[in-house]
Amino acid sequence: MYSEQVMDHFMNPRNQGRLLNANGIGEVGNATCGDIMKIYLFIVDSVIEDVAFETFGCGAAIASSSMATELIKGKTVDEAWSLSNKAVAQALDGLPPQKIHCSILAEEAIHAAINDYLRRSDLPERKE
Amino acid sequence: MSEKKCIYMDNAATTKTHPDVVSAMLPYMTEYFGNPSSLYDFGQTSKKAVERARQQVAQAIGCGPEEVYFTAGGSESNNWAIKGVAFANQKKGKHIITSSIEHHAVIHPCEWLVSQGFEVTFLPVDEYGIISPESVAGAIREDTILVSIMFANNEIGTIEPIPEIGAICKEKGVYFHTDAVQAVGHVPINVDEMHIDLLSLSAHKFHGPKGVGCLYVRSNVKIERLIHGGGQERKRRAGTEHVPGIVGLGAAIDRSVSLMYESNMQIQKLRDRLIEGLLTIPHSRLNGHPTNRLSNNVNIMFEFIEGESILLLLNQYGIAASTGSACTSASLEPSHVLVACGVPHDRVHGSLRLTLGEETTEEDVSYVIEILPGIVKRLRDMSPLTPDELRSKK
Repeated sequence: MYSEQVMDHFMNPRNQGRLLNANGIGEVGNATCGDIMKIYLFIVDSVIEDVAFETFGCGAAIASSSMATELIKGKTVDEAWSLSNKAVAQALDGLPPQKIHCSILAEEAIHAAINDYLRRSDLPERKE
Repeated sequence: MSEKKCIYMDNAATTKTHPDVVSAMLPYMTEYFGNPSSLYDFGQTSKKAVERARQQVAQAIGCGPEEVYFTAGGSESNNWAIKGVAFANQKKGKHIITSSIEHHAVIHPCEWLVSQGFEVTFLPVDEYGIISPESVAGAIREDTILVSIMFANNEIGTIEPIPEIGAICKEKGVYFHTDAVQAVGHVPINVDEMHIDLLSLSAHKFHGPKGVGCLYVRSNVKIERLIHGGGQERKRRAGTEHVPGIVGLGAAIDRSVSLMYESNMQIQKLRDRLIEGLLTIPHSRLNGHPTNRLSNNVNIMFEFIEGESILLLLNQYGIAASTGSACTSASLEPSHVLVACGVPHDRVHGSLRLTLGEETTEEDVSYVIEILPGIVKRLRDMSPLTPDELRSKK
């Protein structure tokens, strides 16, 4: 059902855990739907120096979080904002159709975390 | 590295076809290929085999062989029972009673009948998934033509008070159908003593082949055909008989019913050990009734984590399990059964179903009890919902 990439990121999640020095935290989804994704960012001079995630959800949700954090690590806030759910799904060698929403959740969690950082820095939030 | 284990704990999804059943079937795929409707000897050999299987089913559930109709499985039997009774009796009334925890093969035909002008009452269940006979009695109206209540639930294993519900239906003069797909071969059944008018069963749930089942229809029940065509099954179910499958069904039901007592004793002991072992995991809870449940069913909810990721990790250890019904694993909908039992919405996603079988060993159970706590811990460490006291110290 899942690609080798998905299974690899599910079995060996990258950047999993909490970030104590995070200055941007975003949480999306809800337990009723069966998926919650929480992204922690540590941003210095508009660059994502460090990133971590916590996820409640299926294999695809965990793999999408892991892959998304890999794709934005060391990138600028602008680059991270423009990461699309398609790019996450592609990097995972595809997701089953009913699991595409997991990659959308990853994109949304990054947006939420960036906006949290902007809010804390008294900067205007970005719009979708 | 040691060989990967292969522990099958999804016997409610399907069972392994027993070698004796396969041996019984084989000749009907090779030399005895005749059509039972043909007059020559070839055909008559097949016909005799089908009639023998019919006799075996009749004996297993306590009915007459002329009341057994072979079908393509549980879904067809349920569809036929519900739509067939609805259309044959609509002059009497258009009201049907069922429960909110039925298999989709009952719920969806009922919903379709609503679109055809019928009215359906979906009865609630208690926290254990039990449908009270009183609620059935209370829901029966002048225009009620059918009550359809499952014998045992496929997800949580709860066994329903079938004889009591049957007695109420008999007294009120309403046909009583039961989807006994999970119960046949595992729970003693007698359609007369239990006042059952129609009963669905499926061979692959008791070590028979897939794609074959039957519907028991009491001789006085008015029912329309579902499959129109040739005159097979006494003109009630068209289509050339699936002879090898039917022979397999007969052999499997015969075998399962005669071994039932012994087999249940053994499986139930393992089940109880597994439940006890898994409930030592903090924030876990047993779904379904503690004692009134199928001898092979374990269904446990683990808070703060999601079921599919548990399955994927179990699979890495060679353990095959399910989150609930195999039929819904492709959809994202939470289990309608757990929702009906009142499990809060934020917890229905964390359930795991392990269904044991004849081949399950003490070692298998020990292995699962050994492996699962680590899997739960690993996923809880990953989940934003997990309280700090349940997390690994870093």
